[in-house]
Amino acid sequence: MSDTTTETTMEVNAEARRILAVSISKLYASRSQRGGLRLHRSLLLSLVMRSARDIYHSSVPPAEPMDTSPEEPAELDLESGPQPDETSAELSLTARGGAHREEEGEPAEDKENQSPTRCSRKRRGKTSVAPHFLPSKRARLEPGEERHAALPPPPPVSCRIGPAESLTSLSLNRVIPAC
Amino acid sequence: MRLAQFLNATCVGHFESVMRGEAGTREFLKVECKVFTPVPSNTRSNLHSSTSHRQSEAAGSATTVLTVQGLIPLQRPPCPFPWTTIMAGVGDEIDEVQWCFSQVKGAIDDDVADADIISTVEFNHSGELLATGDKGGRVVIFQQEPESKNQPQCRGDYNVYSTFQSHEPEFDYLKSLEIEEKINKIRWLPQKNAAHFLLSTNDKTIKLWKISERDKRPEGYNLKEDDGRYRDPNTVTTLRVPIFRPMDLMVEASPRRVYANAHTYHINSISVNSDCETYLSSDDLRINLWHLEITDRSFNIVDIKPANMEELTEVITASAFHPNQCNTFVYSSSKGAIRLCDMRMSALCDNHAKFFEEPEDPNNRSFFSEITSSISDVNFSHSGRYMMTRDYLSIKIWDLNMETRPVETYQVHEYLRSKLCSLYENDCIFDKFECCWNGNDSVVMTGSYNNFFRMFDRGYRRDVTLEASRENSKPQSVLKPRKVSSGGKRKKDEISVDSLDFNKKILHTAWHPLDNVIAVATTNNLYIFQDKLN
Repeated sequence: MSDTTTETTMEVNAEARRILAVSISKLYASRSQRGGLRLHRSLLLSLVMRSARDIYHSSVPPAEPMDTSPEEPAELDLESGPQPDETSAELSLTARGGAHREEEGEPAEDKENQSPTRCSRKRRGKTSVAPHFLPSKRARLEPGEERHAALPPPPPVSCRIGPAESLTSLSLNRVIPAC
Repeated sequence: MRLAQFLNATCVGHFESVMRGEAGTREFLKVECKVFTPVPSNTRSNLHSSTSHRQSEAAGSATTVLTVQGLIPLQRPPCPFPWTTIMAGVGDEIDEVQWCFSQVKGAIDDDVADADIISTVEFNHSGELLATGDKGGRVVIFQQEPESKNQPQCRGDYNVYSTFQSHEPEFDYLKSLEIEEKINKIRWLPQKNAAHFLLSTNDKTIKLWKISERDKRPEGYNLKEDDGRYRDPNTVTTLRVPIFRPMDLMVEASPRRVYANAHTYHINSISVNSDCETYLSSDDLRINLWHLEITDRSFNIVDIKPANMEELTEVITASAFHPNQCNTFVYSSSKGAIRLCDMRMSALCDNHAKFFEEPEDPNNRSFFSEITSSISDVNFSHSGRYMMTRDYLSIKIWDLNMETRPVETYQVHEYLRSKLCSLYENDCIFDKFECCWNGNDSVVMTGSYNNFFRMFDRGYRRDVTLEASRENSKPQSVLKPRKVSSGGKRKKDEISVDSLDFNKKILHTAWHPLDNVIAVATTNNLYIFQDKLN
């Protein structure tokens, strides 16, 4: 019986990962759509991503860390774009949202040291375990390839900060909210 | 006599249908009529529909007993005769509307230019004019030819009346965004004089267009020639009075008002008020009230933008004014709820007067429930008693007096429920289907994939799937009902779900307000169908 449940869990897990990957690529593609970001569509995509992430986490043993981070910056795209005065609020949404989902296993003292935008430098070590559904960082780091890669975009880590490995993606993410 | 007509005429809470026909015919239908006392609404689930034909035992005569059950809109006092048996004449089977191909407009080739994709279809209030908007920002208006005296049974064809460029692509420099010229909606104003007026909108700007005819022109000016060149005053030796002479009919479209800069998000609906002076426009988060004469300001009447955009959970997807009550409007949301607002309550209608939402069926809950429950269109019935909403998989008809759940639910393409994941991947799950009522609110229609469209007869509880395709486009050829097999054994003539073409979608349909004529838009073609006249 445990075999079947593990199987199903694995299937569900794989399915959730796939949907997450598809959703991220859709969100990314919608940035270059004519007419600007569509709020309704972005909202629906983020809802699906949230459900997929919840399922992914519920079906994955708790030892697996920090897979929540990739989705948060995508929430930036929820905004329709024409809100220049709210850009700062939108950006902090990412980090704050990510913070809510942090694993409870983190040591308490880190919370005290966290900046308001919850730049979790402490995550550096943990992100070395990259989420399976996102492309490997090696592919990302090829110069000039980020925009043209057929693979989904680089893992959108919290855009304000980033672990050392994702500096390239960091610059990409900095550019995007400006529009 | 048409059964549907009769059903609409005698309206009772629930009853088994009665059919009355000509007296004195040899063959007749015998129908049993039963009157039920109205059942409290909370004890009923969905409507039941059953039809049965039973040969009567009477030898020598062909009698058929028909039993039909259905919920009929209450319009008249209940039938006073319990258990009445009424002999009905007319030997033919139950009248069924047969739809025939009438015309198709648009290019034939399969290579569809993006700009030719039809984005909205709307009949005017008399049905004489049919307007379409496309992705390239153009509006094409068709006019129905008057019925010819030679063929009084034939309805006139729709021919091009006017074509004009309504919206152009724009660029918002401040936000570095391109504004699409695609026409999202067209709404006709009720006709007040010889000219026709319509509102057309793209994502950001609404325009009022006047379409007028000119069939005379002045001739005989003294100072200029008929072609416009000026005459040298020294050559003028006599004076004449200019007169109007007939000319070839010219239809002119001119923009009379431009209502701009009122929407931060993308406009999804416009709706003209019954007072014919105001209209509303809605985007994802706000609804504005305009006066037709005033372009430099509008009143914001609904604003659901949260103070913190992180908390956004719901957007406005469609809105409409009540057809008779000028103070009432509704708006639908991405969560599947409809709010009815009364403008008399307060200036800002953030607090609804009524809230329509059906609790989710736990059996149907899926990963994509949030997307499929998002309402794509909301429409009042002509009577104003009901409203219809379209979500991805179904049509729901709501009685404005009951907020807890719809009075009728029709599954448009239930076979897609198991395919939601693939539909999510190919983006089809985001398609926004529209729906429409027929003139007397007895039938509703909506589109589907594979160029199929569906009609649901509310009174008779019958539905049909038809196809808009060039193969069925011989004049007056009757459309054959189509069927999709959801799995297992596929019967002959059925189409399996996997062979449906999801690129051929019918999102926009319109029904003539007074007649059984429908306009169905495929990707870049407009089909006009009409019912078969005997």
